[in-house]
Amino acid sequence: MILGHGAAVSLYPRLAWYGFRRHATYWAAALAGAFTNTVFGVLRAYVLIALWQARPGLGGYDVAGAVTFTFLTQAFIGPMQLFGGGLDLPQRIRTGDVALDLVRPASLQLWCLSEDLGRAAYLFVVRGGPPTLVGALLFGIVAPHAPAAFLLSVALGVVVSFGWRYIVALATCWVMDDRGLGVLSMVLTTFFSGLMLPLAIFPGWFGELARALPWSAMAQVPADVYLGTADPARALAFQALWAAVLLALGALMTGAARRKVVIQGG
Amino acid sequence: MIRTYALLAWTWTRAAAQYPLSFALMTAGGLVVGGLDIAVIWVIFANTDALAGFGLTEVMFLYGASQLAFALADMLFGNVDRISQHIGAGTLDVMLIRPVSPFVQVAADRFTPHRIGRSIQAGAVLAVGLTRLDVPLGRVWMVPVMVVSGIVIFTALFTLGGALQFLLTAAPEVANAFTYGGATLTQYPLSVYDTRVVRGLTFVLPLAFVNWQPGLYVLGRPDPLGLPSWTGLLSPAAALTLAAVAALAWRAGIRRYRSTGS
Repeated sequence: MILGHGAAVSLYPRLAWYGFRRHATYWAAALAGAFTNTVFGVLRAYVLIALWQARPGLGGYDVAGAVTFTFLTQAFIGPMQLFGGGLDLPQRIRTGDVALDLVRPASLQLWCLSEDLGRAAYLFVVRGGPPTLVGALLFGIVAPHAPAAFLLSVALGVVVSFGWRYIVALATCWVMDDRGLGVLSMVLTTFFSGLMLPLAIFPGWFGELARALPWSAMAQVPADVYLGTADPARALAFQALWAAVLLALGALMTGAARRKVVIQGG
Repeated sequence: MIRTYALLAWTWTRAAAQYPLSFALMTAGGLVVGGLDIAVIWVIFANTDALAGFGLTEVMFLYGASQLAFALADMLFGNVDRISQHIGAGTLDVMLIRPVSPFVQVAADRFTPHRIGRSIQAGAVLAVGLTRLDVPLGRVWMVPVMVVSGIVIFTALFTLGGALQFLLTAAPEVANAFTYGGATLTQYPLSVYDTRVVRGLTFVLPLAFVNWQPGLYVLGRPDPLGLPSWTGLLSPAAALTLAAVAALAWRAGIRRYRSTGS
């Protein structure tokens, strides 16, 4: 079956909508996740407050900025899937169902991206709202510096996050055990996204390297756009660049996977 | 009971040993994930000499003690937090009709020996912290006592979290806030938190007895709340009290459990 032009235009928005609705079914799990993210946000906030009391103005943030940074990055855990996962792909590769996905007359990568954007939109509200709200009530957080640029930066962050997770998921085609890859990806993402500590306070060349890597586009950069500690235009360009690089790499790997998969008839 | 637990755990260990490469990789993964915590502490102390009045070596000691206790509790009994999966899949029914305590069965089910990697990392940090601290011999005996008390406290937390899942089968992640949250909370000196929080952690949910109060005793430092220095010696008593509460909650959960019958 070849999709007509009109169908192709409406296919991806529809997939995004299905991704949204699918995750909306598991609202209790999402709220439980939001609860846990909030509790950890409170713990992290106290540690950062202690650090900023010892070193006021560290990394260009004041105490209120550091607290806001903490709760924003906790709010990103769900939509950006900072602990990894969120895609069905590794399981579909293991079971062989991916063969079906590859023969569909639509790009596997765009298919997954559309579903993932729907998922992220739902989790941005349900898992992002509570930590931000509780942070504002308990400690007080600052208002967004540039709300429109912030939302755009979050969207680009989700695309970068997807680009990375898609590559990790597709690597299951070549690596038999995907759990080790998952752990590696989680370690890189949680540390270099700014989730554990703001990358702005990483010392010396290590800090410069950390701020240039793609993971910073998933939490550090959107938080900086929110706080006004980064130039929005430059920040968005940085994210767009990494999104393009990772998506291109993913597209190359999809082509390679298509040639590698052998469909057993019968 | 202990024999059955050991037998089940050994069975799962032998199963894990069938895939030696996977086992080695997962153990190394635990070391790396633990190493991340150390990286965070390193970045913090690259920016400051003292965090809430405590230096790097003291933080390493407090971190190592609580994380070693947590890692061992997690390896031995952490699988209790998967009780909602057993309830959902109906496998809890099978466990209830066997002549072995369901707690032992749930705790030993899918026993994951590679979690030892996390204990090795935490133990190493504790050892480095202790050797650099110069603790007098008269107080160093408290270190093993506090680690064992910590294991009991964290096991009680896992059990309470498991008991909670009898009520919240659809949202087991809530329990993580207490178990993993407790582990994260005790990574740093409790003086970073608000004094009201520390009071709650001393008198209500006794997480202060994992490494804070006994740690202050070992370090010979006064308590910021003004409690006497022997408070740290009460760790075993606090641990046993929490364990008793957890045992009651677990029994209430099991009693309340109604199988779907399918």
